[in-house]
Amino acid sequence: MPSTMGSTSRDDLSRAGGARTETASGTTDGTHAGSTDEGRNGGPNSTAAGTGDGTVRLLDEKGVRHPDPALDRWLTDVDDGTDAARATLLGLYEDMVVARRIDAEATALQRQGELALWPPLQGQEAAQVGSATALRDDDFVFSSYREHAVARKRGVSPVDLLRVWRGVTASGWDPYAVNMATPQVIIGAQALHGVGYALGIQADVERGVVVPGADGTPAVVAYVGDGAMSQGDVNEAFVFAATWQVPYVLFCQNNQWAISEPVALQSPVPLVRRASGFGVPGVRVDGNDVLAVLAVTREALHRARTGGGPTFVEAVTYRMGPHTTADDPTRYRDAAELDAWAERDPIARLAAYLRTDGRLTDDDEARVRSRADAVAAELRAGVVLIEDPPPLSVFDHVYAEPHRTVAAERAEHAAYLAGFADATAEPNTGTTTGTTTGTTTSGEGADR
Amino acid sequence: MTTQTLTLAKALGAGLRRAMTDDPTVMVLGEDIGRLGGVYRVTDGLQAEFGPRRVVDTPLAESGILGTAIGLAYRGYRPVVEIQFDGFVYVAFDQIVSQLAKMHARTRGAVKLPVTIRIPVAGGIGAAEHHSESPEAYFVHTAGLRVVSVATPQDAATVLRQAIACDDPVIFFEPKRRYHVKGEVDPDLPLDDAPPMGTARVVAPGEDVTLVTFGSHVATALDAAVAASDEGVSVEVIDLRSLSPVDHDTIAASVRRTGRLVVVHEGPRQAGVGAEIATSVTERCFEYLEAPPVRVTGYDIPYPPAKLEGNQVPDLDRVLDGVDRVLGRVSASGATAGTAGAEVGA
Repeated sequence: MPSTMGSTSRDDLSRAGGARTETASGTTDGTHAGSTDEGRNGGPNSTAAGTGDGTVRLLDEKGVRHPDPALDRWLTDVDDGTDAARATLLGLYEDMVVARRIDAEATALQRQGELALWPPLQGQEAAQVGSATALRDDDFVFSSYREHAVARKRGVSPVDLLRVWRGVTASGWDPYAVNMATPQVIIGAQALHGVGYALGIQADVERGVVVPGADGTPAVVAYVGDGAMSQGDVNEAFVFAATWQVPYVLFCQNNQWAISEPVALQSPVPLVRRASGFGVPGVRVDGNDVLAVLAVTREALHRARTGGGPTFVEAVTYRMGPHTTADDPTRYRDAAELDAWAERDPIARLAAYLRTDGRLTDDDEARVRSRADAVAAELRAGVVLIEDPPPLSVFDHVYAEPHRTVAAERAEHAAYLAGFADATAEPNTGTTTGTTTGTTTSGEGADR
Repeated sequence: MTTQTLTLAKALGAGLRRAMTDDPTVMVLGEDIGRLGGVYRVTDGLQAEFGPRRVVDTPLAESGILGTAIGLAYRGYRPVVEIQFDGFVYVAFDQIVSQLAKMHARTRGAVKLPVTIRIPVAGGIGAAEHHSESPEAYFVHTAGLRVVSVATPQDAATVLRQAIACDDPVIFFEPKRRYHVKGEVDPDLPLDDAPPMGTARVVAPGEDVTLVTFGSHVATALDAAVAASDEGVSVEVIDLRSLSPVDHDTIAASVRRTGRLVVVHEGPRQAGVGAEIATSVTERCFEYLEAPPVRVTGYDIPYPPAKLEGNQVPDLDRVLDGVDRVLGRVSASGATAGTAGAEVGA
């Protein structure tokens, strides 16, 4: 047992008693009827589905799949033994492997001076890929800054993913092109944006602008971390979402650490328990079990889509790397804790499961690895070619409509730059002098 | 065009009603704005007319209200947020400054957030603590926000509609002291016929002194102009209307004629709107100035308890004192323009 308090080890997990889905009344909500953990083995090394502490788990750490009468209905497409199911499972595997490969490449690019900073996701692949796989195209995601696998799943290209971290922009993509907002740096602020967006979906339905299909309305997933659970905005998001019963899933990746602060510093009780006080159903899931994450997110989204209101998901996972490439986690956490979590690796776990009956072959593995290497090579080639934006682009888009102060300051800075002897020959000063909305035309910089 | 006699508060309500009728994406959010109609009754009757889905009573959390409004705007709505009192807006500071103001720039134009934040502002009404703040400088200092302050019922109706129609976030200050002042209002005035939102307006022509102010102090300035004329001094009063951007051209054109500038506002002096205007005028009109610009403002102190607020809120005499100083006449404080040190010692 590591001495650091942030470890979600046996002791930590065992504090989370009670039902798996904590509801407003503090009882199971019926969707998991019969799935309480009585008689099951507890602790993180449990071989049963569930962990005895209310944490949902379908794949144990050895990769053994345990049936779960309540949740299996959300996984028929991966459980039915068809070729399509195998393809879906291999897709989950590939998404996780590629995400980790992108992460490693980005870290290397930072070390080589090509990126200013990088917040690694290693260890959180299952929490991100599993939840993002549950989304529809017309859903909307509001995330923090570590959700690289979610962004990729939404359709963000790896190069676009890195633009922010190269320091050339505050947003690597158009949020409306992939239905995922620009990642948020202020901790927890995006949780409220998600509630508002979901309120907008509700209003759209009421106005007849959106007609719900058989699968219900679009929904919103807002990703936060364990540190964000202490922020006022996240707690206010709970309040507003519960009051208005909006189609909203607040998905917390509890990766145990907020830079150097262990989760115990944010909460003396498992984070999932926060939900019931707000009147929001909460579920705690093994965040390193991609199948369990997929199932609980699908269930939460179904509830959101069909008028059941918001759900809180606490995905228990671990940040294997530093907070960012500027961080040194050896100053605050034990190697033993890292080793313990390495045993629960999300990718190795799915691989073990798929290898038991030959659904993942050596050839598959080689193909996935080669695919990941190709993505990394493409990423590197693209990132090093990203040029600095022209200087005057700093005045672009400050306002949506013309603004005389910004226009005047743009003209002032243009004149200043032009005062340098070689500045007139510098193409990067741009041609937008005197305008307020800018005419940046390079690729994604174009005006909408 | 049909005009009605309306209080400034009723004119705001009429403007909101018109905006909601014109655009189904306009939603109003705030505390006590539904059945109560807001503590100043600005939204009176709107919930009955448009329903609780468009006139939304929110939980009591200003950051939550702003964050929700941002999400609504992300989805394509035009939320109008009522902050109940000026001193409550600080709770929402991050959502306004880091989120609302910056979103358009950080998404390089992809995401527009046309959120209007209505804030009853300033003191002089004997209110409780945190109910008499003048926080405009914080928002003027924030790129990405537009900041306006209305002084008349007609502006209340039309500038509010302009703010709602604007694709940028707008901080909309409503002078509490003037909520019940009446005026002729055409709530349906075509917006194209109204002066643009970012422009100042000369509300009283004059030749000797340019008096620039906004919000509740426009009325005080007009009173000062009348009083000064009794002494043979011709004061030109400019209602700034827009605090960001500032209509420097209108101010400069006036100062080039008068050669003297007095800026009046209730917010603290240091780095306030008056500092910006005095500096800009000095930069633009230095050779026209007959005297250093004078600021008549709230002091750099916490807003005082109600019985003492007269020391903080510029009144007619303090404005006239400022006019005397810019004219080089010995003022009540013994100071003239350019002798700020004497004023500090007074």
